[in-house]
Amino acid sequence: MRVLFATMMLMVHLHGFPQEKDQNLIETTCKNTPNYQLCIYTLRANRGSINTNVAGLGLIMVDAVKAKAKETRNAIQKLKGSRPELRNPLNECTKGYNAILEADVPEAVEALTKGDPKFAENGMADSSVETVLCEDRFKQGKSPLTRLNKAVRDLSDVARAIIRNLL
Amino acid sequence: MELANYKVYWVFPVFLFCFLTFNNGVVEASHKVYLNLQSVSPVNVNQVHRTGYHFQPTKNWINDPNGPMYYNGIYHLFYQYNPKGAVWGNIVWAHSVSKDLINWEKVEHAIIPSKPFDQYGCWSGSATILPGNKPVIMYTGIIDKNNTQVQNYAVPANLSDPYLRVWNKPDNNPLVVADESINMTAFRDPTTAWLGRRRSRDFKNWVKAKHPLHTVAGTGNWECPDFFPVSVRGTNGLDTSVLRGNVKHVLKVSLDATRYEYYTIGTYDTKKDRYIPGKDMVDGWKGLRYDYGNFYASKSFFDPAKNRRVLWGWANESDAVMDDIEKGWAGIQLIPRTIVLDPSGKQLLQWPIEELETLRGNRVELRNNTLEKGERLEIKGITVAQADVEVIFSFGSLDKAEPFDPSWDRYDAQKLCSQKGSTVQGGVGPFGLLTLASENLEEYTPVFFRIFKDQDKHIVLMCSDATRSSLADKSGTYRPSFAGFVDVDLADKKLSLRSLIDHSVVESFGARGKTCITSRVYPTLAIYENAHLYAFNNGTETVKIECLKAWSMERPGLMNH
Repeated sequence: MRVLFATMMLMVHLHGFPQEKDQNLIETTCKNTPNYQLCIYTLRANRGSINTNVAGLGLIMVDAVKAKAKETRNAIQKLKGSRPELRNPLNECTKGYNAILEADVPEAVEALTKGDPKFAENGMADSSVETVLCEDRFKQGKSPLTRLNKAVRDLSDVARAIIRNLL
Repeated sequence: MELANYKVYWVFPVFLFCFLTFNNGVVEASHKVYLNLQSVSPVNVNQVHRTGYHFQPTKNWINDPNGPMYYNGIYHLFYQYNPKGAVWGNIVWAHSVSKDLINWEKVEHAIIPSKPFDQYGCWSGSATILPGNKPVIMYTGIIDKNNTQVQNYAVPANLSDPYLRVWNKPDNNPLVVADESINMTAFRDPTTAWLGRRRSRDFKNWVKAKHPLHTVAGTGNWECPDFFPVSVRGTNGLDTSVLRGNVKHVLKVSLDATRYEYYTIGTYDTKKDRYIPGKDMVDGWKGLRYDYGNFYASKSFFDPAKNRRVLWGWANESDAVMDDIEKGWAGIQLIPRTIVLDPSGKQLLQWPIEELETLRGNRVELRNNTLEKGERLEIKGITVAQADVEVIFSFGSLDKAEPFDPSWDRYDAQKLCSQKGSTVQGGVGPFGLLTLASENLEEYTPVFFRIFKDQDKHIVLMCSDATRSSLADKSGTYRPSFAGFVDVDLADKKLSLRSLIDHSVVESFGARGKTCITSRVYPTLAIYENAHLYAFNNGTETVKIECLKAWSMERPGLMNH
């Protein structure tokens, strides 16, 4: 009985307090980003955000950028079929999203896992820029990608802010 | 017949007009409008921004220069390189060799991930020539995916190969492992000698020093440190091992947070193993910089062949990654510079190595030309997109210098330059050069001075401003107004400027190397024969070009082909 009690206390000690510490880390980290709500929502949705450090939180956010960028790239492909008159800007946007998915995101992941975070910041800074360049291809009000571009941009900006804590 | 011909010619411009305005209701940004109907030669759109005479490989990403050294008549440069793409990643030590620091031959990669102590990465480091003329490389190895970094060493496999093509990594690596008291993920870029917490007498056995060489609170991560002696008298460089005599020491660090580099000049106390910056030195974000522009991860070495200290620095791209992928390359090394201590002892002076002058071709010269307010003078007869320009400006009086507002930040030259650009009229200045300018100044990168009056002194601001450098879509892209103050005596009422212009880079040296600024720019019109170069003045005080010399710069015969 005593052993059981001691074990339970040990488990509570190992899992109870660290969770509180992790929540604090998530909250403190997110407060230093331009979009607290988005940051909290995205991190808490990922179970890996418990028991990780700032670099780990950064990786989770980069992963969210990747997912949303993939969704956007798929949307661009569909639009090329349904909106042929927008082919030129959509082609430019494809280049931008290819840059995000094939260069910026892998660069950020490698930099965060191996420990040179400034290149992760570069990756997320560029990711944000690519969304703006894409949006600017369209005349005011004519972009079919505004919502998605903004989503990727906001996530990139949050990721960048998280990464800056490591510099 | 005549009517038919007329019709053909009439259709052509209309077609263009339609293309430009009715293109599906889309604002077609002039992102890729390089082809000018007056272009003499065809343009390879992807390579229009490659440099003519700066160090770069034929493709892919590069960053930090590593282990520059001179050994048995050959200069070596290693550098961080991604063999697989145009962004940072998969890093190896690429290697080039040269007899003159200008022509470079690529050899095989010196260090690639191959051992447990570097399997996840071979990052920056240094080279040293040990007693007995034995080169050795120290580099950071990444051993796992948890950011763990160690310090390794490598030695040449064959010392009689003048190019030192092959390097071995002995089994007694790693040489240095971080202990608990060090942040294991911020433990990189070893510099030789005894920087940091480790000391070694025989280079193989390292002992942690009781205290760091130097610390400054609140500056974030330091990387790429460099620590070396400079001669107080004369301009000869000194080997890193020189400790005593008429020397001061220089400590340079690169700050992750700002991507800027800062140095201080001070003394190295050999007994206490500590570096103490000079009393007037500013340590940290407001301090002296090698270069107030795009210049990072620099490394210097002592060149015994010419008794000089030579500095390498890296400039990354300022365009979007999408452009880098399209053009297939990213990053250049800047022209190597000699470093000496300014006679005042308060700062360093840098100047492009003299070997660069061997590339000077066609020359034009101007003397005693006046520039009134609003005037500009074109410099013709050379390839202005690939040029070396040296100019001395003079002015009759400083009376008209505008006052330096006491509310301005004396340490933020860049902010001042962004508010007072080249088109903002002034008293004495702005005057300088308009580089990589398009014919109607839709694009230009001005490099210029503006002089302010500050009680009984004067403050000289030098700017290299990328704000209007390109018509390409600027949303979110980086077009900084780089600037630095020039600590110079204006008693003779002259200011000198040298600019190295090379397609997408402008490296400028104010007052013979007191203040250096490097800009990366991506013009779309001001390219090749369509680029222009002007001297200008927008201040009420008349400015004179005492002497201007400008040369076309040729390409080196060898550049890593």
